[in-house]
Amino acid sequence: MKIIEQKGMYKEFPRCGKPHARTTHYCPGCGHGIVNKLVAECCAEMGLQDRTIFVDPVGCGVFTYYYWDAAHISAAHGRASAAATGAARARPDAVTIAYQGDGDLGAIGFNNAFQAASRGEKFGCIFINNSLYGMTGGQMAPTTLEGEKTTTTPFGRDPALTGHPLHVCEVFNQLQAPVYIARVSVADTKRIMQAREAIRRVFEIQRDHKGYALLEILAPCPTNFGMSPQKAAEFCMNEMEKEFPLGVVRDTEKGVAGVEPVKHPESQALAVKSVPRFPTCMELFATPDGTEAPPVEDDPAVPERRFKFAGYGGQGILSLGICVAEAARLEKRHTLWFPSYGPEQRGGSASCSVVVSGMPIGSPTVEHPDVLVCMNQPSYERFAKDVKPGGVIIVDATVPLAVEPPQGVKLYRVPAIKMAEDFGVPKAANTMMLAALRAFKATGLKDDSLETALCASFKKKPQLIEKNRELLRRAEEELKS
Amino acid sequence: MTKFVKGNEAVVMGALYAGCELYFGYPITPASEIAHGAAKWFPMLGRTFVQAECETASVNMMFGAAGAGKLCMTATSGPGFSLMQEGLSYLAGAELPAVVVDVMRAGPGLGNVYPEQGDYNPAVKGGGHGNYQSFVLAPASAQEMCDYTIRAFKMAAKWRTPAIVLVDGLQGQMMESVALPDAEEPRPDFSSWAAQGEAKTRANLVKSIYLDAAQQEEFNIHLQEKYARMAADAEGTTYLADDAELLICGYGISSRIARTAAETLRAEGIKAGVFRPVTLNPFPRAQLAAAAKGRKIMTIELDAGQFADDIRLNLALAGLGEEATRVKMVHRMGGQVVTVDDAVRSAKEMLA
Repeated sequence: MKIIEQKGMYKEFPRCGKPHARTTHYCPGCGHGIVNKLVAECCAEMGLQDRTIFVDPVGCGVFTYYYWDAAHISAAHGRASAAATGAARARPDAVTIAYQGDGDLGAIGFNNAFQAASRGEKFGCIFINNSLYGMTGGQMAPTTLEGEKTTTTPFGRDPALTGHPLHVCEVFNQLQAPVYIARVSVADTKRIMQAREAIRRVFEIQRDHKGYALLEILAPCPTNFGMSPQKAAEFCMNEMEKEFPLGVVRDTEKGVAGVEPVKHPESQALAVKSVPRFPTCMELFATPDGTEAPPVEDDPAVPERRFKFAGYGGQGILSLGICVAEAARLEKRHTLWFPSYGPEQRGGSASCSVVVSGMPIGSPTVEHPDVLVCMNQPSYERFAKDVKPGGVIIVDATVPLAVEPPQGVKLYRVPAIKMAEDFGVPKAANTMMLAALRAFKATGLKDDSLETALCASFKKKPQLIEKNRELLRRAEEELKS
Repeated sequence: MTKFVKGNEAVVMGALYAGCELYFGYPITPASEIAHGAAKWFPMLGRTFVQAECETASVNMMFGAAGAGKLCMTATSGPGFSLMQEGLSYLAGAELPAVVVDVMRAGPGLGNVYPEQGDYNPAVKGGGHGNYQSFVLAPASAQEMCDYTIRAFKMAAKWRTPAIVLVDGLQGQMMESVALPDAEEPRPDFSSWAAQGEAKTRANLVKSIYLDAAQQEEFNIHLQEKYARMAADAEGTTYLADDAELLICGYGISSRIARTAAETLRAEGIKAGVFRPVTLNPFPRAQLAAAAKGRKIMTIELDAGQFADDIRLNLALAGLGEEATRVKMVHRMGGQVVTVDDAVRSAKEMLA
């Protein structure tokens, strides 16, 4: 027997489990069989088999990896467009083709397909519309025609209950990024020749890295239509085409009569062309960005000290905490800073914790602070009772002391908000608190470290550095007197 | 180079040093800083950042990128992690390396954004369908969030299975000093199995489907044998455990609370020590058994007892059935954190 080789397909299909299989698993008259042949031929004729990554769907198309002689990734149900996004981004030089059905693309994976199209991902999506779920057993798909009987619409699709057929090409045509959108059919020879051209166009666009292409192919499913192959093809031409008109909806490269082409822009950000060589990680992170610090050194002689900073959002509480943490890391201490986060930070009170130690820090939470800095009443009432005996509370003078501080805790009332206003910089109340921390020797850190940390915190607003340095010193003098 | 950064930022730094080339992610508190860092630094190094339309997309984009032979990652938190379970099963089923960072928040449902450790079972036991396992690492500091992200990529590549870096919201937000590596990791070569769109990979097929039941069983047996070998990379650490009367077990943030609790108890004359699994899967069963034999055992955890159950199971499987029945738990849920006071009080009650 003479074996006729099919271009682009394996000679035999051992992946199906039968060592010398030569026939596909498709039913007689199935549109997939024709499309499989066209895709394979096109890939081979264009010399793209080495470069192609096929992303296979779940559904009747799942076994294209039995047939197409190229690399394959077999994706989850509905996710071929997401997987194709990943493959195309990972391998920009490859030709990535996703092959999907109407349950896969139209229902479970619609958003993935739509968003990939919207981003203009560089892959081609071949979408088989046979108006129902094939492999799963002939259930309704989003593309099922009105009145069409399926196993889940036994009385015919009722638009009042299940809506109307989904026009994928037309929906995708609302997007700006796709380069090519077209609908073809494989129901007769003339249509197959047009489908062949369209498939070729999808491959061309991918070969040349032009962008996203969607090709919808109307395909008969005799088995689930419950029809002979000939009747199924007629249903496809007579009924489906009424709902889903054939034609090129868009081709931004070649143009389509009566359609204004929309161009998807090339990326301007960090265009590869403009960068002769990307930096290494070491080079990138060696660039100063204010987060660099000297390496931490163990020092058992330095006791652990835990801080809590609390006030209203906008009072600079988190920055004050960072400033103390910054000073600690300048001194090579083990240092940890932790903010209140989430909805808590949007209005109302904010707080942060800082732990400084000569040795590795265990629990990160500050249950019993050695030092509490409070800028509002709710925070004082919440945290003051937990301060350690021998600890320090520094509280703004505007805060009424409704709660007694615990025994053995030293309390300082500092008019930080007023002092900042008097200095003409109302936003600097946190700098006043830093001055207080320094004046009362509450941090266990060097005065220089705190001042350097304060200056570093204004790195992005250098004009404020000297002002804050001056404020810190004046405030400290005032507090000491 | 040492940096003072959030744990979430340390993850991105680690990923870049590990050679991760693609980041796919959907923002979610308290993991979003990972996406923010990735969006900034990946393109600066000529690598790829894609903001996916949902977590289902993120994990399936990873399937495509890993299938095409590149190191890739995503980061998320509870609800997003739930959405990724199907994808994790597919990754494991196709034996693809990829890294997922789960910055756990409180649940179930929408819950809140505060720290919890309630994703232990889905991460450690394989939360998706089928018999699969991920390699799960539990860092406890910003330094480890960097280092263990690097290790996660190595383990994912070595074992061809997804690796999960399991942390909580507190760790993600916490700033600490991180000493960065001196060199980037070499890029692994996956061309023997990946679909790379090159001549040498043309015959490769990435799939998780075996239509024939006998083949599917054979594949399952292959996976189980692989997971058994993975135990060689299990790691657990101890602290003050040599002469301990009480062994406090905890992972991630809880291991740090355990550490301070043990020090506090020691200061009061109670011999307490800590056992901390660094890898949650494979679980360091032998190390646990060595530290736990004959001891009283307490767990600290931010969940309803998922971790304690696993400690009991591992003790029992190590032949320490009696110790297993004595495991007590101190825990909080809903975004509350176990305090050192709670832990110390519970320990004293146990020993009384």
